[in-house]
Amino acid sequence: MWIDPSRPAERALVTHGHADHARSGHGAVWATPETLAIMALRYGTEMGTPMPYGDGFEANGVKISFHPAGHVLGSAQILLEHAGERVIVTGDYKRRFDPTCAPFEAVACDVLITEATFGLPVFTHPPIAGEIAKLLAAREANLDGCIVVGAYALGKAQRVIAELRRAGYDAPIYIHGAMQKMCDLYAAHDVPLGDLILATGLAKAEMKGAIVIAPPSALNDRWAQRLPDPITAMASGWMRVRQRARQRNVELPLVISDHADWNELTDTLLELRPTETWITHGRTDALGRWCELHQLKARALDLVGREDEDES
Amino acid sequence: MQAFSALIDGLIYTRSRDQKVRLIADYLRDTPDPDRGWALAALAGTLSIATVKSAAIRSMAEERFDPMLFRMSRDYVGDTAETVALMWPDVKADAAAPTVSEVIDLLNTASRARAPLLLAELMDRLDANGRYALLKLATGGMRVGISARLAKTAFGRAFGVSVDDVEEVWHALRLPYAELFAWGEGKSARPDPADSAFFRPFMLAHPLEDGNVDLEDFVAEWKWDGIRIQIASTGGETRLFSRGGDEVTAAFPEIAAAFTGIGVVDGELLVRGDVQGGEAASFNALQQRLGRKNVTAAMQAEYPVFVRLYDILFDGTQDLRSQSWSARRERLEYFAARLDTVRFDLSAIIAARDFDHLAEMRAGAREAAIEGVMLKRRDSPYLAGRKVGLWYKWKREPLVADCVMMYAQRGSGKRSSFYSDYTFGCWTPDGTLLPVGKAYSGFSDAELKWLDRFVRDNTVARFGPVREVEKSLVLEVAFDAVHESKRHKSGIAMRFPRISRLRRDKPADEADTIAALRAMIG
Repeated sequence: MWIDPSRPAERALVTHGHADHARSGHGAVWATPETLAIMALRYGTEMGTPMPYGDGFEANGVKISFHPAGHVLGSAQILLEHAGERVIVTGDYKRRFDPTCAPFEAVACDVLITEATFGLPVFTHPPIAGEIAKLLAAREANLDGCIVVGAYALGKAQRVIAELRRAGYDAPIYIHGAMQKMCDLYAAHDVPLGDLILATGLAKAEMKGAIVIAPPSALNDRWAQRLPDPITAMASGWMRVRQRARQRNVELPLVISDHADWNELTDTLLELRPTETWITHGRTDALGRWCELHQLKARALDLVGREDEDES
Repeated sequence: MQAFSALIDGLIYTRSRDQKVRLIADYLRDTPDPDRGWALAALAGTLSIATVKSAAIRSMAEERFDPMLFRMSRDYVGDTAETVALMWPDVKADAAAPTVSEVIDLLNTASRARAPLLLAELMDRLDANGRYALLKLATGGMRVGISARLAKTAFGRAFGVSVDDVEEVWHALRLPYAELFAWGEGKSARPDPADSAFFRPFMLAHPLEDGNVDLEDFVAEWKWDGIRIQIASTGGETRLFSRGGDEVTAAFPEIAAAFTGIGVVDGELLVRGDVQGGEAASFNALQQRLGRKNVTAAMQAEYPVFVRLYDILFDGTQDLRSQSWSARRERLEYFAARLDTVRFDLSAIIAARDFDHLAEMRAGAREAAIEGVMLKRRDSPYLAGRKVGLWYKWKREPLVADCVMMYAQRGSGKRSSFYSDYTFGCWTPDGTLLPVGKAYSGFSDAELKWLDRFVRDNTVARFGPVREVEKSLVLEVAFDAVHESKRHKSGIAMRFPRISRLRRDKPADEADTIAALRAMIG
């Protein structure tokens, strides 16, 4: 039995729906109902055993259960219990409020297998309210053009939309075609996103003053050329570093991430105080060094199939 | 400080030049003195705070943060100031953010020992963007894609004055440019530097691509391989300036002492020697004298410098720049005749019958180790900057060699996530590779991506930030010259190497040998 296997496996436990965790072609799959729905949407008719948060089952004498990770809709940590020993696999997680998914739940454990995507002390994500305010201010200052926001189609896009709504922005929000089904799926899971309009095929004049959400790959693409004087924004934790934003030709960087930042990663370690920590994808070296400085036993776990650096 | 840090971030993320000019112009109009003057100096690269050096910032960081975590972060971010700004904790105190002039006054009057402490206190009063702007301001080197010229253009735009008028008096002004802003706002006349020895902008040349000029209209001179220098003297005071207007008088005191004329001249600083056509030493010799604050008598004796004069801008107080090159040349010859011949001579006019004859003479210039030929319109005035159609530089073709990539390192700034700095080598007779140079330019963005991938996929060892790669990739390297060097194990070093082509088709063992490179020493 594998967790988030990068190749088709007979039996797979899947933490969440992002493509580098949820691959297609597995035999049996266990995941939260939301994650199964996302996989079904992405890969067609894939079957699996739904595991609502808190539910579990037993296999080979190991008790397996799913707990909220706060990363995206349906994202879960997986708890493995055997002979009194508890192992948590966080998958991707964050500790902040997110209107589109259940909040992270701290689960006591002996071994913590943690992500470290933003495992460098330079990564501290600012409160999202300030970033949303920046976006709205840029729109106000550019009513003759539009703002196009690069955001991942699963999770980030819906979170940005939901946060715009929370900030009182109730005008229609324009979305790239690649996001429509996922937005519908969120709405069907009681995440209201308000009035969304497909941005494809509209006249430039119609989109003046609009906020447009598109996958990052569409930003520098011909698709974006049909927008009226767009300012290119990007919602990502990588935007914290100026040159990363510049390399992507981003004019309005929004530091919005669905991953734990450095403080969340280290605070979680201090809160759970596992006897041992395994660090998976991301900056394993820096978080490992921090553990050493805090006398926490840790080791890096190399995973295949994950980008070693920037989000792709 | 908030307005300044917003300006800095705006400049970083804005791609359009025009938009950048607008951002700066708005800031200069809306910000009071003296903040805007300091900001203008920071953008134009004329601000220097002697008490804060980047080493001080590194040590401040290493004191506060675990050195290993700091190094990993610095390696990722690619910029020390930004790394420190991002790692610095947000201090929740409601302290008011400092103003730009408060920062400058505090740091400028502090002792070198106390400055880092003051800097840390200022950091505590700012958010991450403010801290970044503060560190950039304190260390100089804003790296926001703004040239001094663009900053002056923005000043011109803000107040509706011509950038050439700004340029003309710029180097005589004192920070924080109160007189300049007073003139811009129409409160006073343009500052008049009258009686001081200051820098006037150089006239520069365009490369002659594949054109042809008529020697009836153009005069030809050799392009000497030294450093371009301007000498300005009021009689009482003599100062030397390099290309960018930086004062270099202290590095070449014997030149300043020997200059007995009054006026402003333009020339090439060279070391006596027998390399360049038997008339001057190589650029390498001059390098021994560059960047030194104090020169010993022994240095002066070992590397005797002189100036080969190209042009005259002022004779006494008379401005000759609007006159033709021919008229200025006549004045220069008369002017130079009264100078010490040990330290000054005239750049000779090449006696070529016609352009073809000149081409033939230029082709022979490599053996003479001369960089190339300058072509100047006989009727051209002396104008600041690069003006089309007046002056051309006609460099000889670069040398090339096929080398093998050995090591790679990440770049900094815009390239901080890419392995963009490459060390390459050539073969010894016993079949080992020895490094002969390092290059980080000449390739396209697409090639950079490919090279970065190559480095990541072919790493055989890591030494801190340096990766050693499989010795399989041949790089065609172009360079201006090659000379003896004791610093390199191979015994040779290249001048201005850059990658001219990726030779993915060529097996590494067919790359050039050290001996082949040695044969190119001019």
